[in-house]
Amino acid sequence: MSITPMVKAEAVHKSFGRLEVLRGIDLEVSPGEVMCMIGPSGSGKSTFLRCINHLEKIDCGRLSVDGELVGYRERGDKLYELPDPEVCKKRSEIGMVFQRFNLFPHMTALENVIEAPMRVKKESRAVAGQRARKLLQRVGLADKVNVYPNQLSGGQQQRVAIARALAMEPKLMLFDEPTSALDPELVGDVLDVMRGLAEDGMTMVVVTHEMGFAREAGDSLVFIDGGIIVESGTPRDVLANPQQERTRSFLSKVL
Amino acid sequence: MLVLLLVAQVVYTILVEAGLKWDVIGHYLFQRLVLGGIVVTLELTVLAMIIGVALGIILAVMRISPNPVVSWVSWFYIWFFRGTPVLVQIFFWFNLNLVLPHITLGIAGTPFFWRGPGTNSLITPFLAAVLGLGLNEAAYMAEIVRAGIISVEHGQTEAAQALGMTRLLVMRRIVLPQAMRVIIPPTGNETISMLKTSSLAFVAAVPELFTRGEQISSANFDVVELIFVVSIWYLFMTSILTVGQFYLERYFARGAQRELPQTPIQRLRRILFTFHAPPPAPAELPVSLPSEHR
Repeated sequence: MSITPMVKAEAVHKSFGRLEVLRGIDLEVSPGEVMCMIGPSGSGKSTFLRCINHLEKIDCGRLSVDGELVGYRERGDKLYELPDPEVCKKRSEIGMVFQRFNLFPHMTALENVIEAPMRVKKESRAVAGQRARKLLQRVGLADKVNVYPNQLSGGQQQRVAIARALAMEPKLMLFDEPTSALDPELVGDVLDVMRGLAEDGMTMVVVTHEMGFAREAGDSLVFIDGGIIVESGTPRDVLANPQQERTRSFLSKVL
Repeated sequence: MLVLLLVAQVVYTILVEAGLKWDVIGHYLFQRLVLGGIVVTLELTVLAMIIGVALGIILAVMRISPNPVVSWVSWFYIWFFRGTPVLVQIFFWFNLNLVLPHITLGIAGTPFFWRGPGTNSLITPFLAAVLGLGLNEAAYMAEIVRAGIISVEHGQTEAAQALGMTRLLVMRRIVLPQAMRVIIPPTGNETISMLKTSSLAFVAAVPELFTRGEQISSANFDVVELIFVVSIWYLFMTSILTVGQFYLERYFARGAQRELPQTPIQRLRRILFTFHAPPPAPAELPVSLPSEHR
């Protein structure tokens, strides 16, 4: 008996106009797994991440989360795009953290976190607020509840963004270069929060340049270049003993 | 200096040489008919702006819809209502009964047909003016709102979508509130402009401020005096609106600026109640000055 993979990609293709960004990605992420994706910029790793919650449409191939296709319905042997409300329902089960945080600037930290639970899940302010306070405490920002994002540092903003995503109680978390826009001394706090999540058994797909994080917290590592998976395996193997020439040349530049 | 001289000359001409009957201006400034006209002007302005803003938002959201039919309808509306003079539009609604004596719904000759009341009993001169001004305003507001929506960073939409919010929810809760900062200043201008444009309701014989002034002056021939009365009131009302706009902009700036601009009252209070300590008295010269200079 096999368990349903949390993410399953089969020959996922994606083009922007003439530019083919993804040229057939196959991978599986099991529940509880932390998968890190590395690769040069423009390699398609962020695009693939955005396909997982249908922020980008895929051109061909199949992509499913927890056994269900994302953004499409299969009828016969054809895929039909789902209407907006159903895509939204699916997305609400997948948390996403962005490189540029994208907190809502007109709302306080607490309001950012309770917004989606209240509007999408129709939770009461009391229930959503209680969970939000717990989450903000967990990311170390219990004292910043009523502060607007522009009064927070980048690292603090990113931790609020993580709390905001967690507030929807997702079964999968996507991280799109969560520390790339941060000052070096603020990276640690964000990575600590992510490490804590990984230890608690959250399924995570992390696009990152933090090789240290990938080595310690990652269960698997995927190196993407030119829209295909060049190499994958455990972080230890891939980082210490890369088999492909392209992986070697990339790692020699970043390590 | 030359400018001051010119200003003095103009003021002198108005006050002394023009032979204005100041007592007439004073009398009519608070006359019952004039005050009634102000109320109608304000009603026209408020109602037309409500229609303009509400319909403008709907049109703007339609305009950026992925559905081409919806987007095209909005484009056509804006093209039509922005492309014809508002005076003509008011006149059209005012004379609608000439071509459409009854309000009807459905297709004539089928059971699905409803014949409503006479057009003139429904579209009063006042309503004709409100429709003309409001529907025209909506076309302009739609472009203002669209500019505001475009000004909001796309990452905001993505973050909200990633949380599972539907397109309308994203618009209502995330994008529009942030777009307000860009939308409010030109909307203030539009409101001030509307207050004055409402005088075009004159052609539909709506008893607003300018119409009242005209009616009075056609009876007593104090034309310029009444123009003064009407102008003073328009100036007064636009001034009030300018102040209101400041506070609205301040409200929607929260989260965008670290410190909100001070209100005039706050500024006054700060000037009155901040005591500046006198500058410290020059300290005694240190004893350890190099002795060579002595």
